[in-house]
Amino acid sequence: MKYVDEYRSGAEARRFIAAIRRVVTRPWSIMEVCGGQTHAIVRFGIEELLPPEVSLLHGPGCPVCVTPCEILDQALALAGRPEVTFCSYGDMLRVPGSDGDLFTVKAKGGDVRVVYSALDALALARQNPAREVVFLAVGFETTAPAHAMAAHRARIDRVRNFSLLVSHVLVPPALAAILSASDRRVDGFLAAGHVCTIMGTDEYERLARDYGVPIVVTGFEPLDLLQGIHMCLRQLEEGRAVVTNQYERAVGPRGNEAARRLLHEVFEVVPRRWRGLGELPASGLALRPSFAAFDATLRFGMSAGAAAEPAECISGLVLQGRKRPTDCPAFGTRCTPDSPVGATMVSAEGACAAYFRYRPRSARDVV
Amino acid sequence: MSSDRERLASACPTQHPPSTVQLAHGGGGRRMRQLIEGVFLPAFANPTLLARHDSAVVDVVPDVTSRGRVALTTDSYVVKPLFFPGGDIGRLAVFGTVNDLAMAGARPLHLTAAFILEEGLALAALRRIVESMRDAATEAGVAIVTGDTKVVDRGKGDGVFITTTGVGLVPPGVDIGPHRVQPGDAVLVSGDLGRHGIAVLSVREGLAFASPIESDCAALASCVAALLAAGVTLHCLRDLTRGGLAAALNEIAMDANVGVLLDEPAIPVSEPVRGACELLGLDPLHVACEGRMTLMVPAASVERALATLGSGAARIGQVVEAHPRVVVLKTGLGGSHTLDLLAGEQLPRIC
Amino acid sequence: MCLGVPGEVLSIASDELRMGRVSFGGVVKEVSLVYAPEAAEGDFVIVHAGFAIGLIDAAAAARVFAYLDALGEVLPEEPHP
Repeated sequence: MKYVDEYRSGAEARRFIAAIRRVVTRPWSIMEVCGGQTHAIVRFGIEELLPPEVSLLHGPGCPVCVTPCEILDQALALAGRPEVTFCSYGDMLRVPGSDGDLFTVKAKGGDVRVVYSALDALALARQNPAREVVFLAVGFETTAPAHAMAAHRARIDRVRNFSLLVSHVLVPPALAAILSASDRRVDGFLAAGHVCTIMGTDEYERLARDYGVPIVVTGFEPLDLLQGIHMCLRQLEEGRAVVTNQYERAVGPRGNEAARRLLHEVFEVVPRRWRGLGELPASGLALRPSFAAFDATLRFGMSAGAAAEPAECISGLVLQGRKRPTDCPAFGTRCTPDSPVGATMVSAEGACAAYFRYRPRSARDVV
Repeated sequence: MSSDRERLASACPTQHPPSTVQLAHGGGGRRMRQLIEGVFLPAFANPTLLARHDSAVVDVVPDVTSRGRVALTTDSYVVKPLFFPGGDIGRLAVFGTVNDLAMAGARPLHLTAAFILEEGLALAALRRIVESMRDAATEAGVAIVTGDTKVVDRGKGDGVFITTTGVGLVPPGVDIGPHRVQPGDAVLVSGDLGRHGIAVLSVREGLAFASPIESDCAALASCVAALLAAGVTLHCLRDLTRGGLAAALNEIAMDANVGVLLDEPAIPVSEPVRGACELLGLDPLHVACEGRMTLMVPAASVERALATLGSGAARIGQVVEAHPRVVVLKTGLGGSHTLDLLAGEQLPRIC
Repeated sequence: MCLGVPGEVLSIASDELRMGRVSFGGVVKEVSLVYAPEAAEGDFVIVHAGFAIGLIDAAAAARVFAYLDALGEVLPEEPHP
């Protein structure tokens, strides 16, 4: 596949790794803030190729992991209603709320569908006018324009049996929260390439300046990640802290203006609770009052109760880079992908689940 | 209930034959007889079946020159949708069971087939499935010698569920299974991975995409026979079904208490299957096949095995003493990670 | 997050969602190109959750490899932000 295969070349990767070894002189911790990047790092075994000075931390970059329990509880309640056809991306089906997951609701007779796109959910609503089709709209800035378009089309075409349960989150406020922590361990960030494809790089300039931290907008293939790491290390070694763009092929400085325009027409910035991080100001998106007719919580009169997170779980600290998944006593024993205790074990992109599924093997184990 | 319907049906002699499966088709009356005589018997016709006894009576040893032990296996088939590019539930039901026999080195001889039909299934669809089973059985050299049909209320089944049981003969001296796997064995696959799973997904509601990918569903028995005939030493065979290569190798690693080390770049996956996997966020190593197997053979047999299997086959790794019960994948970048079983069904993801 | 997959635009309809056929290694999916107004047939786009979110800049794509080439003795200037 063009634009995929060439960025997985082993020979090129080895050259990047050699360059990384040359540039690094002391320990650095770099955090990526995208579940897709976390996934690629563990899937391609990138951590074990890096010199010991470089630590990768896996930040709160997976919307599945950071969606708060109370939203999941609302999703479970909606999906269990007899008149509702509940649509979700496949990622969300196994995420546990206070009492079970969407699979449990399906097993009890709920009409739960996996869709590839919010437009597929909208099409289902058009085809089944007697059903209430609810779409679980989670994600970062990358996904919000897709959901905005679904709401926009539903309003224009007066699709009255379609609504969204929205729990959108924004990346920069989470970075600011991590950078504000007194015991912060993060020296530099790899910013999520596709988020910046939509948003551009402006917001990150401010963060780099205010917190004196290098930020490299980075892609998702192994060579992208290795180049991003190299670019970040160079800044750290040279004592610089600016925004650079590794993922130029898909990210322009101004982002995608058409997508952003509709995003802001449909959504407004609100405070949002993050699973593992707590409530962060101006860190989420909600439907604007002009789209209230498509807000599932209003349509079905849902109240946002607060749900407690399991006390044992250290996922909040993992997401901030202050602990590693393997630091948790429950990791791999009481907490596994089959029966996750906390946020980061619930989806394949969560730091804990990724660690569990692709447990790195130490070199001596491998012949 | 069904007897009432049956009475009504017989009271209306001018009624047209139904075009869908009805509860009466499983009621033990005339409709059921019509179904058996109109659909199943003509398709599967063979002397044993046509004897129409409560049991099929067969020779375990089909001719005087054959000797060996009997292999038995049973499997149930559910798939949504019933028809998909490159196959249907009928072909799966025959090949799946034939392949399970073949994995023990057995020559498949007889199959039984039990059908659970959902009220409302189009008879034309059932006929298509049954004819497809007939063709598959012919292809695989087995006879369907007895069967059963039940009908359940509409909404209680996905059109049709099929259970097939197979009987085969393992030639003397053939002993294939996880207990024979040893460190040093080479790990092979008989062809590229993931076609079946992706072909089914491509026509699944909500995910549909256009693709040139057809299911790989095929019988492996003749292939295993050819390997044996070529003098290949087969330590273990496993067909790759649900959970794909990852599931098969994890099972063997656990059963044989060995480690498996895979070389990711050597694992054959076609470009369209890779494209579909990228698009949906799936890992081809977890995607189902229905006509592929993994083989563990001693190093001395590798060349002959690959030559017999043909161009699609590949050597993808080896059995190791290190990390027993764990499958490790060495990536093209030189990194490595554990290749685990999935918690459940692989779901398309967006993150 | 955000699985974004590069694919080649095969055709674009003129409906309000600019639905287009995009090929991913031969697998073709209908996606909306409404957020890629400048995309034309033959272009490569990044697709996420049923939408093309941007075009791939072929010249920039090659620079990943140029960066590496220039790393030999003297480290070059980084690509512009």
